[in-house]
Amino acid sequence: MVEMKSGAAKKAVGRKKIKEPFADRIFDIVNTLLLTLILMIVLYPLIYVVSSSFSSSKAVVSGEVWLWPVGWDLEGYEAVFNHKGIGSGFFNSFLYMVTGTFINVTLTILAAYPLSRKDFVGRNIWMFVFVFTMMFSGGLIPYYLLVRDLGMLDTRWAMIIPNAMAVWNVILTRTFFQVTIPDELLEASQLDGCSDFRFVWSVVIPLSASIIAVNTLFYAVGHWNSYFDALIFLRNHKLYPLQIILRDILIQNEIDAAQLSMYDVRDAMAREALKVRLKYSLIVVASVPVLAIYPFVQQHFVKGVMIGSIKG
Amino acid sequence: MVNTSKKKGLPRLLLDLKKCWQLYVLFILPLAYVIIFKYIPMYGAQIAFKDYKFTLGIGGSPWAGFKHFERFFKSHEFWNLMKNTLGISIYNLVAGFPFPIILAILLNYARSTKFKKTVQMVTYAPYFISTVVMVSMILQFLSPRVGIINIMRELLGLEAINFMAVPEYFKSIYVWSGIWQGTGYGAIIYLAALAGIDPTLHEAAIVDGANKLQRIRHIDLPGIMPTAVILLILNTGQILNTGFEKILLMQNPMNMRTSEVIDTFVYQVGLASQTVNYSYPTAVGLFKSVVNLFLIAVVNKIAERLGGSTLW
Repeated sequence: MVEMKSGAAKKAVGRKKIKEPFADRIFDIVNTLLLTLILMIVLYPLIYVVSSSFSSSKAVVSGEVWLWPVGWDLEGYEAVFNHKGIGSGFFNSFLYMVTGTFINVTLTILAAYPLSRKDFVGRNIWMFVFVFTMMFSGGLIPYYLLVRDLGMLDTRWAMIIPNAMAVWNVILTRTFFQVTIPDELLEASQLDGCSDFRFVWSVVIPLSASIIAVNTLFYAVGHWNSYFDALIFLRNHKLYPLQIILRDILIQNEIDAAQLSMYDVRDAMAREALKVRLKYSLIVVASVPVLAIYPFVQQHFVKGVMIGSIKG
Repeated sequence: MVNTSKKKGLPRLLLDLKKCWQLYVLFILPLAYVIIFKYIPMYGAQIAFKDYKFTLGIGGSPWAGFKHFERFFKSHEFWNLMKNTLGISIYNLVAGFPFPIILAILLNYARSTKFKKTVQMVTYAPYFISTVVMVSMILQFLSPRVGIINIMRELLGLEAINFMAVPEYFKSIYVWSGIWQGTGYGAIIYLAALAGIDPTLHEAAIVDGANKLQRIRHIDLPGIMPTAVILLILNTGQILNTGFEKILLMQNPMNMRTSEVIDTFVYQVGLASQTVNYSYPTAVGLFKSVVNLFLIAVVNKIAERLGGSTLW
C-alpha cells in the first residue's frame, strides 16, 4: 500500500503540469472493463470444466453447475483412474515427450550453430535447403510411405524419429546464436587453439540456457499435445500416447461400459451422467501437467515468440 | 578469419571446407534428418504421376501422367473442397485478425501491472490446451442434452440445437473456438511491437494534449502496422493450410458437407479408407503444396514491394 501511494504521488508530481484529459479517465474505465470481460470469457469455460468434474452427476446433467462445484463428488476422477489405457497413455506420452524432446533439442543446436557461423562454407545453400522445407512438402501420403518403408510403423520410433527436429526452431535458435554469441569470443578462443567442438560444448551451450529452455518447452508441449502421428502410425493399443486415448473416449465416445459397472449406476440416465463427468475429469487430468508448469515457464514462451519476431 | 591463401576457385573452396570440417561433423546429423524426412517425401510425391503399386515401389510403379490430377479437377469434390478450405481460411483470417491487436493495445494501457500480468497469463493459457481436449470441450459445451449452451437456451425458452450436426454452424464453431484459444498467444507479438515504439512520440503527444484514444490512433496503430501487414501476408500464404488436425476431430457424418477440407480429404482417402489408393490423394496433396508455394512466392514479392521487409 505504502509503495503504491508513493508511486501515485510520484506520478502526480510528474504530471502536475498536464491535467489528465477527461476522455482518458473514461478510457481507463472502459479499458479495465473490457479486459475484465476478456478475462472472464477466457476463464469461464476453464472454471466450468473444473467445477463440473468435481460436481455430482445429477447437478451436471440437470444444469445446476454454473460456476462452482455443486454436490462435491470425486466419482468422475475414480472412473478416470480406473479406466484402462489411461495409465499406459500417460506413461507412453511421458516417454515420447522426454526422449523426443532430448533428441529435438540436441539436433536443433547441432543444426543451428553451424548455420549461425559466418565462416561455415555453404551456409546459404544449407539455409535454403532447410527453409525450403517450410514452404513446400511432399505431402502426407509420401511421408506416411517413408515411415512405413523405414519399418517404423507400429513402433515407438515412429513417435520420435520422424519429428526429430523442427526447422522453425532451428531458425529461432540460429538467430539467438547470431545475436548473443559475439564473434570476438570465437576469435579469442580460436587464438587459444580451441576446437569448434569444445567451443560449442564449453562456451555456446553454457551461454544459451534461455534458448535451450525455450526449445525444450516448445518441443515438450508439442509432443505432449500431438495426436495425429500416433493416429496414422500406431495400431497397437499398448503404444498409444495419452492424446489418442483421450480422442477415443472424449470424441469417439468409446467408453467401455463394463468399466463403469463397478459404480452404482443402474439406469441409463445415471450411466450417461457418469460418462459426462468422466469426460470433464479426464479433460482436467490430461491438461494439468501442461497447465501446472505453465505459469512458471510462461516468460520463456514469450521470449521464444520475441526472438522469433527478430529477422534472422 | 582472414583467408591469406592466394588460391582461387576449387582449391580455395576445399581449403575453406577443410577449415570448417568440425562444423560439418556437427551439422551432418540434422542435415541427414532434413534430407530423409523432408526431401525423400518430395521425391516420393512422384507417385502423384504414377499408378502406385505396393509390389513395384515408388520408383518402379508405371507412369500415369496427369490422370489423377484430372480426376480431381473433374470430381464433384473439387469445388466443394476448395469452397470449404478457402471459406474456413478466409473467415479465420478476417475474424481472427483484429482480436490479438485489440488485446495487445488494451493490455498496453492497463493501469495496474499486476492486472495486466494476470490477464496476459490467463488469455495465453488456452494455447497450451491440446487439440483433442479443445475439441472435446467444444463437443461437451455444445452437446444437445448436457451442454451448457443448450441448458442456457432451454432456460431462455429456446429449443436445444445439436450444433455439431448443422453444417452451417461448422465454420463459426471452428473459427470462434480458435479465437478463444489463440488470441492471447497472438497478442504477444503485438505487445513486442508496441514496446518497440519510440516513447518520445507518446511524450510529445501528451504535451500536445492528445488523449489516449488519439494516441492509439495516431501512434500505436501506425507503429504496429508493419508487424500486422507481415503477419497478414504470412497467413495469406498459408491459406490452403487449415488447422486440419482440429477439423478432423470436429468432423462427423452430419457436418461433412462443410467440414471436409483438402487436408482432411487426403487423410480420409489415403489413410483412413479401406481401399488402398495412394496415388490419388498424393496428387491432391501435391496440388495443394504447389499452390501454397506459388502463393508464398507471390506474397513475399508483395511484401518486398510494400516495405522492403521480406519474410526471410
